[in-house]
Amino acid sequence: MSEALSHFFGDWHALLALLLAGFLPNEIWRMIGVWFGAGVDEGSELLVWVRAVATAVLAGVIAQILIQPPGALAGVPDWLRYGAVAGGCLVFLATKRSIFAGVVSGELLMLAGTWWLG
Amino acid sequence: MRSITSTVLSVVLFSTYVGIGALAHEARFSLGWALAGTLFVFAGPAQIILISTLGSGATVIQAAIAVTVSAIRLFPMVVSVLPMMRTPQTRRRQLMLAAHFVAITLWVECHRLLPKVPRDRRIIFVHGLGTGLVAVCLTATTIGYALAANLAGPPAAAILLLTPLAFLLSTARNCRELSDVLALLLGLVLFPVVARFHTGVDILVSGVVAGTVAYAVHWWRERR
Repeated sequence: MSEALSHFFGDWHALLALLLAGFLPNEIWRMIGVWFGAGVDEGSELLVWVRAVATAVLAGVIAQILIQPPGALAGVPDWLRYGAVAGGCLVFLATKRSIFAGVVSGELLMLAGTWWLG
Repeated sequence: MRSITSTVLSVVLFSTYVGIGALAHEARFSLGWALAGTLFVFAGPAQIILISTLGSGATVIQAAIAVTVSAIRLFPMVVSVLPMMRTPQTRRRQLMLAAHFVAITLWVECHRLLPKVPRDRRIIFVHGLGTGLVAVCLTATTIGYALAANLAGPPAAAILLLTPLAFLLSTARNCRELSDVLALLLGLVLFPVVARFHTGVDILVSGVVAGTVAYAVHWWRERR
């Protein structure tokens, strides 16, 4: 039983990293929102900057996954990965910003590309 | 019509978490680790940042800083959602679980659905909605992890492409001001440049610089 559990969760270092670098950083901001949120103006200049930085950090991670792709995605040629994402973005814009349509067409583009390449 | 929009939203959430499960597998984390992340972190961007920073060899402190910066966006979300649930009798600790469920999807749904719920039942409603969303995400994480473990070639690549595609488009959708659009575009463009310097905190450097430039443009336009 305990062996099955340790296989399921992996080593405790990774779980500790999850607690310290995953759970706490998020929960802290949520709790600060609960305790000190009253009277903060959502449109304030500081929050505009905060949102811009948070958006750019996420954009960086998206770029990282595309440029230094993990696992099987690395087997897809660079131009096809970028092309599929660009195509998905175009469909997204053409469909009044439908995330669903953009994701589906990006995926189909990449699959069609890999099929065409053989 | 209401059910359609909520379905599309949960399809996007579902595919996001399928992607997170697959990414966790590729970075050699255990399934239990991935599920614990979904349950306790419950913020897609933070989970992606955590997996890719730790997976690419960053230290726990570097990962923690990058995640903390990305998680600041939860603060204004909590601040804007909680007043909708509060009554004069509400105590702060009653709001803590509801606050844990706050992430982009719940934030959108609260603004859409809470006005139709009687005020004294809103906290209960959010607990139910949040538990449901977490259950959906746990299922999706498991499916993504299993798919990545069992597929190879193009189908596996397609699962892994879900994450960047879904996050890019849902972030683009949530852009409210010019500064948000600029931050997204500059962040995408600047990362490859910063990555050449191998600072170890590439994501953080490119994020802070791109975000600040985007804000500066916004500030300059407002002032004129």
